[in-house]
Amino acid sequence: MDWLNILNLTGGELIGAYTAAYVLCALGLAMHFGFTGLLNFGQAAFAALGAYGYAIATLSFGWNMWGSVAFGLLCSAAFAVVLGIPTLRLRADYLAIVTIAAAQALRFAFATSAYDEVTGGANGLSQFGEDFYNYNPIPEGRYPLGALEFSEKELWIRIVGWSLVAIAALVMLLLTRSPWGRVLKGIREDEDAARALGKNVFAYKIQSLVIGGSIASLGGMVFVMSSQTNQPQTWGTNFTFMIWTILLLGGAATILGPVVGGMTFFALLMFTQSIMEGLVTMGWLPFLDIAQVGQIRFLLVGLVLMLLVIFRPQGIFGNKKELQFNG
Amino acid sequence: MSQLNIRMGRKAGVFLGLVAMLFSLLFAGAPAHAADDPSTYPYSIAGTILNDDKEVPDVKITATLDDFTTSVVTNEWGEWEIRVPKQGIYKVELDVTTLPAGVTMTDKGGEVSEADLTQTDFAAVLFSLGKSTVQAQSFSDQLLVRVWSGLNFGLLLAIAAIGISLIFGTTGLNNFAHGEMVTLGALFMWVFYQGLGQNIIVSALGAVAVVAAFGWAQDAGLWKPLRKRRMGLNQMMIVSIGFSIVARYVLLLVFGGDTKDIGGGGNIVQLGPIYTSDIALVSLVICVIILAGVALFLTRTRIGKATRAVSDNPSLAAATGIDVERIVRIVWIVASALTGLAGVLYGLQFQANWLTGFDILLLLFAAVTLGGLGTALGATVGALIIGMVVEVSSMFIPNELKYAAALVVLIVILIVRPQGVLGKKQRIG
Repeated sequence: MDWLNILNLTGGELIGAYTAAYVLCALGLAMHFGFTGLLNFGQAAFAALGAYGYAIATLSFGWNMWGSVAFGLLCSAAFAVVLGIPTLRLRADYLAIVTIAAAQALRFAFATSAYDEVTGGANGLSQFGEDFYNYNPIPEGRYPLGALEFSEKELWIRIVGWSLVAIAALVMLLLTRSPWGRVLKGIREDEDAARALGKNVFAYKIQSLVIGGSIASLGGMVFVMSSQTNQPQTWGTNFTFMIWTILLLGGAATILGPVVGGMTFFALLMFTQSIMEGLVTMGWLPFLDIAQVGQIRFLLVGLVLMLLVIFRPQGIFGNKKELQFNG
Repeated sequence: MSQLNIRMGRKAGVFLGLVAMLFSLLFAGAPAHAADDPSTYPYSIAGTILNDDKEVPDVKITATLDDFTTSVVTNEWGEWEIRVPKQGIYKVELDVTTLPAGVTMTDKGGEVSEADLTQTDFAAVLFSLGKSTVQAQSFSDQLLVRVWSGLNFGLLLAIAAIGISLIFGTTGLNNFAHGEMVTLGALFMWVFYQGLGQNIIVSALGAVAVVAAFGWAQDAGLWKPLRKRRMGLNQMMIVSIGFSIVARYVLLLVFGGDTKDIGGGGNIVQLGPIYTSDIALVSLVICVIILAGVALFLTRTRIGKATRAVSDNPSLAAATGIDVERIVRIVWIVASALTGLAGVLYGLQFQANWLTGFDILLLLFAAVTLGGLGTALGATVGALIIGMVVEVSSMFIPNELKYAAALVVLIVILIVRPQGVLGKKQRIG
């Protein structure tokens, strides 16, 4: 088994562009669930709207990068409002079912062939990142980073992705420590008490949904920009569940939690996957083939999610008193 | 003989054409520097004009892009090919005045088409002539067919939805791993019926027994300990999501990702305008009998009454001497058996793979929520509505969106009447 390669791959996941994308989505979910107590199981929809919004604005409208980013953010904010108005009055478990249903319905709409001139149907969209990569100040070439090596494009998307993570984390830190953030936590702990103090609980929830959704849609953009392909099947329920696992791993009501949770999660995933692939090629796991190792990856996601919720719901960084599932 | 030779020659020609296409695909991107000789243009649009399976020669076809226009006439086999110099979306028009007398386009405006040469260097354009071969079904007949499918699908959903509803009613758990029990039922039906070659009834009973055992084990091994720890319901819901992922991927590892044909389609039965299969008919009857049985069980038997008491108020039920844990255990077994049966019937009618249950899980939740969480009758009504919405909506919207339609209905109902159609008024906000 090639240990050096395995460690390389694992280290690559720590700073990968996909990791940054998931971390952004998890930060958004931390806003929804960790700080406001909303059981949002439709986070994939916000990311998908960011990605599709960007791609459609670029390809169909011919807008530049800034316009496309703004359009993606606008789409997800609009979705947050449209979804929030009817559903935020519902009990937490109803909210979970409705958000997951809305996300699936949206994905069906993206995948249908009826609008494939705009959405690309089941094949999705591709090659919409030219303007983004035009901003790349790094000259062409291969850049070694420790044992890893990146092209100028790979480096650029990683720099942008992780800068966005840093900015989002900072914004969330300031927001959650502001009076506004304290009201959110108040709503999470006891909605009626917050209402009794004269706070407009509904407005706060909508604001939280919009802000968290916008951060997630940035994540969606980073996700599709690294390969310049955006396919509807990416935004299935598994995407949402991965984000939940990352969030609960790090700690739901923390800022650092989603960041470290995401890095840990993907590094662990890559580590176990590489080791299992190594064992399979060495013939030590005769009942598995290489393709099945990728499937075990998702099995582990489910297992980690279960075990976390049962044994350590506050995650790595969380404070147990701060985690309320409201039920 | 000469006819045969020509045929073979044409085949060879097609083959050569394909080879040429492959080559040109491989070297696509090589600049088109040919002079203005149309026969050397790199891109081509082609087709064959057929009327009632007979070739139509001497029809004029014109391709246009911006200021570029060129025309050809079909040869004696009705074939035509236009070579064009650059990529783009060409407008291709058939000159209807050149068609033989009595031959018309199938659809009005069907003489104008387009060829998309933006991605490839070859595009085929088909024009359809003569009468439409698709027999038009009257709207009422179509509706009848759809309503029938909706009834059939709705009843299937109802059996599984009652399972969710019973479990939610007695334990308060929104079990996201319920879909996997549908899958398990269908796949074990496949194992017993197709794999082991058992009789269909024995196979069905075997599959239902497997799922019931799985339900019992799930409750004893996972949910009972969690209830003992007094875990919050929302936390348990997230555990069930994790459990469903694990179960789904275990099923994938064990059964593989291919779709299994379990029932083989059955024999076709005609009821007026509706063509259906004997499997579907039998399944419908079984569903109705089972639903009636569940209703009798819940209203007439001691255990059924105790189940409803636990649903109403577990503490009060315990105070009157009902063993709540025993009822919950029975409910898990009964609910799993029902869900497994739904999986068996679904698999027999529609085939199944590892994702089958997960695909309909949200429809089940929609059904249960629509009818009012926690009531068995509500789940049945909700499931029938969802089944109808799914099938009837596909008359008006693209087929891929029919599940989305059901989910939109769910969202709308929750806005208008959050407690569901038959649900008790309670605080859910």
